[in-house]
Amino acid sequence: MTSSSLALAPSSARTLARHPLVERYAPILTTVLALVAIWYIAAVAMNWTLVKDSFEREETPYTVSDILAGTMDAERPLLPAPHQIAENFFDSVFGYPPLAPRSLVYHSLVTLSATLLGFVLGAIFGIVLALMIVHSRVLERSLLPWIICSQMVPILALAPIFIVVLGAIGLQGLLPKAIISAYLCFFPIAIGMVKGFTSPDPLQIELMRTWSATPRQVLWKLRWPAAVPFLFASLKVAITISLIGAIVAELPTGAEAGIGARLLAGSYYGQTVQLWSALVASAVLSWGLISIISLIERGVNRGMGAR
Amino acid sequence: MALIEPHISFAGPAEQPPTDTAPKRLVVDAENISLTFETADGKVDALSNVSLKVGEGEFVSFIGPSGCGKTTMLRVIADLQQPTSGSLRVNGMSAEAARLARSYGYVFQAPALFPWRSIEKNLKLPLEIMGFSEAEQQQRAEHYLSLVNLTGFERKFPWQLSGGMQQRVSIARALSFDPALLLMDEPFGALDEIVRDHLNEQLLQLWRTMGKTVLFVTHSIPEAVFLSSRIVVMSPRPGRIIDIIDCNFPPDRSLEIRETPEFLKIAQRVRNGLRAGHSYDE
Repeated sequence: MTSSSLALAPSSARTLARHPLVERYAPILTTVLALVAIWYIAAVAMNWTLVKDSFEREETPYTVSDILAGTMDAERPLLPAPHQIAENFFDSVFGYPPLAPRSLVYHSLVTLSATLLGFVLGAIFGIVLALMIVHSRVLERSLLPWIICSQMVPILALAPIFIVVLGAIGLQGLLPKAIISAYLCFFPIAIGMVKGFTSPDPLQIELMRTWSATPRQVLWKLRWPAAVPFLFASLKVAITISLIGAIVAELPTGAEAGIGARLLAGSYYGQTVQLWSALVASAVLSWGLISIISLIERGVNRGMGAR
Repeated sequence: MALIEPHISFAGPAEQPPTDTAPKRLVVDAENISLTFETADGKVDALSNVSLKVGEGEFVSFIGPSGCGKTTMLRVIADLQQPTSGSLRVNGMSAEAARLARSYGYVFQAPALFPWRSIEKNLKLPLEIMGFSEAEQQQRAEHYLSLVNLTGFERKFPWQLSGGMQQRVSIARALSFDPALLLMDEPFGALDEIVRDHLNEQLLQLWRTMGKTVLFVTHSIPEAVFLSSRIVVMSPRPGRIIDIIDCNFPPDRSLEIRETPEFLKIAQRVRNGLRAGHSYDE
């Protein structure tokens, strides 16, 4: 009885270790746990003097465990502990009606709308630029340097100029933010699509020529489908850049709503916990956006016979 | 089968068969075609004074070492490249007009199928471009797939087929719009010998039943002798024709004729021609 149970125990442990769910998620979980542990240690280390000083300022007697406890729930910690961020995040997501000005959902929606509009504008602009570049050598030479230059200017310097100029011609609110976000995200799409449109095999192009296909047929039946993998790769880069663009656009404009506004307010008032939970919101947002694009990509690939 | 007296600028070995009394329509009529490439290392004569007449229904092979211009000649006929000088009529028109009139189907060494299209859709691609009706496309796709024994593979994608099958799709695709001329540039060069033999037999049968004119570039002497009604032997630097050999085996020949003395005799003559073209190199 004992011997058989002894014999069973290790083998069942081994089968558990081989379970597909365990095999798949164990490494991820281990990494996350390790990161959280490091984070907690860092939180203690970084907030230590802060908490100690406040005890001394108030001249209350304290012990080491008092300081330890203090580093975990300081009101304005240098580095908030993970549970503080989680608490604040859930509180500001679920604690208010979604459209209340204190709800993180509301701020995320504001940023999301600018992101999506900017993304669509940027994608269209990027693809049109790529088409022009692919079809004309003159345009390639004249446009490409400007496209590259456009990305060398820091967006943080450009954003206020955009806002002011667009404001002067009566454009306010969503559109200027979307334009700044489009300005950032057209670049990877233009570059990716130039590569994609020129990716067909020379033989395929010559075949089209032997069938005397029109340039439009070459575009729709060869260049466009050949560019699809490049399109999705650049869309995934572009959507995150677009989100960053929308957030950055909210910073210099003193926007009242949006993730950028939350970040700005958080840093003004030293609300580090709020700052971090706004960061979490932007991470969740970009993860969601990339997931949607990946999902569409998988569907399209299936229709295009990917193995 | 070769009904047209070949006109060659370079006087090849004298024994030419007597000219047929009723010459057929010329599908290719090339007169003194030359093509010079400008490269970093100077001028390269890819083709030098090549003259060739091909009658309707002939199967003409081009054979020769790399750089002899056999592929270039095919590309010139296809209007994928323009000759520096000389005159060329394809199917009674200029090469460009012939291309625009979709007079030829081109088969490359690689199948060059479109990976995102199913086999059937690949076959329909030229038909879509040429504006055939849906029903016609469907009917032709079925017909030509069955012609290359690939019925049942309509919904497969190219990567699911072997190299030989892919090349058969590309041949069916070239035939699908019923061109007068089939241009084949080493179509079986990348395939192993067993598949190659098999496809040679299938191609011969296709040619016999469809009566198309075929221009066929190859490296392989047995392949050229087995398939052709006429063999054009070419030589490099400058690319030129050094011999044109008639080769009239019965149309329903099988691979076994490769063992016959007649076959070996012609193969020997091709080999001699290739060697003669090379001799000044040594």
